[in-house]
Amino acid sequence: MDLGLILAGGIASGTVLLFAAIGEIFAERAGILNLGVEGMMLMGAVAGFSTTLTTGNPWIGLVAAMTVGGLLALLHAVVTIHLRADQVVSGLALTFLGTGLARVLGEGLANTNVARLPAFTVPVLSNIPIVGPIVFRDQSVLVYVGFVLVPLAWFWIEGTRPGLHLRAVGEAPAAADAQGIGVYRLRYAYVVLGGVLAGLAGATITLAVAPGWFGDQTVNGRGWIAIGLVIFARWNPIRAAIGGYLFATITPFNLGLQGVDRILGFENPFLPGRSATFFLDMLPYLFVIAVVILGSRQAARRRIGAPAALGIPYVRGERGR
Amino acid sequence: MTIRLEPRTSVPRWLSPALTIGAVAVALTISGAVIAAVGGDPVASYLHILNASFGSVGVLSDTLVKATPLILTGLACALAFRMRLWNIGAEGQFLLGAWGASAVVLFPLVPDGTPAIILIPVMMLAGMLAGGLWGFIPGVLRARLGVNEIIATLMLNYVALLWIQFWVFGAWSESGFQQTKAFPDAALLPRLADFADAVPAFAGLTVHLGLLFGLVTAGLLWLFLERSRWGYEIRLIGDSPRAARYAGIDIGRRLIIVFAISGAIAGLAGMSEVSGVVGRLQDRISPGYGFTAVIVAYLAKFRPGRVIVAAILFGALILAGREIQPSGVPAMIQGIILFTLIVADVLVRYRVRIERRVPVTAAAASPPAASPPAASPPAPSPGAGG
Repeated sequence: MDLGLILAGGIASGTVLLFAAIGEIFAERAGILNLGVEGMMLMGAVAGFSTTLTTGNPWIGLVAAMTVGGLLALLHAVVTIHLRADQVVSGLALTFLGTGLARVLGEGLANTNVARLPAFTVPVLSNIPIVGPIVFRDQSVLVYVGFVLVPLAWFWIEGTRPGLHLRAVGEAPAAADAQGIGVYRLRYAYVVLGGVLAGLAGATITLAVAPGWFGDQTVNGRGWIAIGLVIFARWNPIRAAIGGYLFATITPFNLGLQGVDRILGFENPFLPGRSATFFLDMLPYLFVIAVVILGSRQAARRRIGAPAALGIPYVRGERGR
Repeated sequence: MTIRLEPRTSVPRWLSPALTIGAVAVALTISGAVIAAVGGDPVASYLHILNASFGSVGVLSDTLVKATPLILTGLACALAFRMRLWNIGAEGQFLLGAWGASAVVLFPLVPDGTPAIILIPVMMLAGMLAGGLWGFIPGVLRARLGVNEIIATLMLNYVALLWIQFWVFGAWSESGFQQTKAFPDAALLPRLADFADAVPAFAGLTVHLGLLFGLVTAGLLWLFLERSRWGYEIRLIGDSPRAARYAGIDIGRRLIIVFAISGAIAGLAGMSEVSGVVGRLQDRISPGYGFTAVIVAYLAKFRPGRVIVAAILFGALILAGREIQPSGVPAMIQGIILFTLIVADVLVRYRVRIERRVPVTAAAASPPAASPPAASPPAPSPGAGG
């Protein structure tokens, strides 16, 4: 068992969580909670996979996945922003819809193979001792996109004028509106951007990290894990990225663990056929709960956290918040 | 053209049911279009669903069997949702309930040969306790630590499935298969078919006592919500948490108790499924009852009586949908129905007004005095207003 391989795998599958979590951060910072991440990711995964199967070009598949994610998010945006429906229920509906639709569209895709997006090694950086081979060797192009996206997203939100507008819309929409910021327009834009990133996250699974279509199991709750990460990260893209990489490393860890007889000289209690594997498989989900507990406690203690207008429809002319 | 939503001052009585039915019709139309688009035959699919679920007494009985867990899990969700607690964990609570009931037989917690009259109530209690515990956990996390209950309940669903697998693949495995040994007869809920000797018409009917659990629970829940002080407080918390706080209601306590009761009802559904249908514990005892329950509760507008009707409809969809290709169709229809229901709900609360703006060219062509409001400057529209 090679620890480096496991960590490199963690970086790769962490990219999936990172895209989805940053997309959700954008939507939530604009004040719209979108619980449809799981559904959008599944639709992105199936759209990317089947488009690549038909066209033979994973880049077209990637575009298809992001488009589908954005369209589903647009549906959520219309229902929650203009129609003022409950964001929780609409998001849940989006997940149900995406899951069902993905299963219909994914019919017959199991056991097929498609071209992956290219992977490459970064020339100089991969020679850095220890870190280099893990982070920069033979990673998918999307992993590097993730590296670039994280600081960009953070800087966009915290350091630019449009980012200031985004935060204003999520914290105090009435005040933002009075300043001439188009609250509806920005909310639409960021909810759709969130969907595009969720679609990208789905395609990252099927076109890069774990190619193939396995029905609902393709995403297997990672959309929800991403939403948990957003709370843990206190709506900060950099914390979300760190959380995503850490979290994803646990999952390949147990895949790796299941193959070895001895860990650090002790007999491995988690070998297949021993019942403890089931408890090991529970760890990621329990970890999310633990992480959300921590995030909620910190948010409560420091009185920072969720955007103030998160989940509240904005109606021009009604008493603002 | 601008779309405006204006709150309705009064809602006609017929509007809400009419829109609900309309929403289901629209959803079926959209689903039909998708089925046709992927190469299926929507009309044949729907006729098949109708025929395979309501076509004869035999299949109607099977529909009711599928509806039974949906009634109970739907009631579990309806109770929590009424308080605006998003318990998406009925699936996990269902599984834990099934596990608790099975534990009574398989550990065993009662001596072999215990008569059904004792064994069945003990199994019910164990199932409700286990499911209730699985609801109690997210309840405490939400009330005491402020943890988002949607995430907690969803994660616990995955944990519950792995917990079941641990037992089914391990200690309780029947010679290595992914199921436990069959329960003794005393642990099985009576079915109508068991009385075929006395009433020949019951021969082959699979409806079991669990349906009665569902109907009784619905009645009790209605009494609880509509006729008790507790129910009133829960509805008040759901409608206006601020008012409830001012009224001195301990919201955290209510929240934990409602979550535990909700879990117990879902747990009873799990007990009824292993004891009335499967007759043993397997890891795949639920085709997603706990998730469909969310839509059942929403379609029923959280009213216990309507949950029964909605559960029967979705029971039919699950029963007949098994044979429909592609296999994801029932799940897709459920998702689309939930979406159209949300839109219908908006239409109940708001009146949609579409205001036409006279196009600039037309305004210029008409006499200037004819329509002063339309001649307003063609400035960029402020995001379609609201």
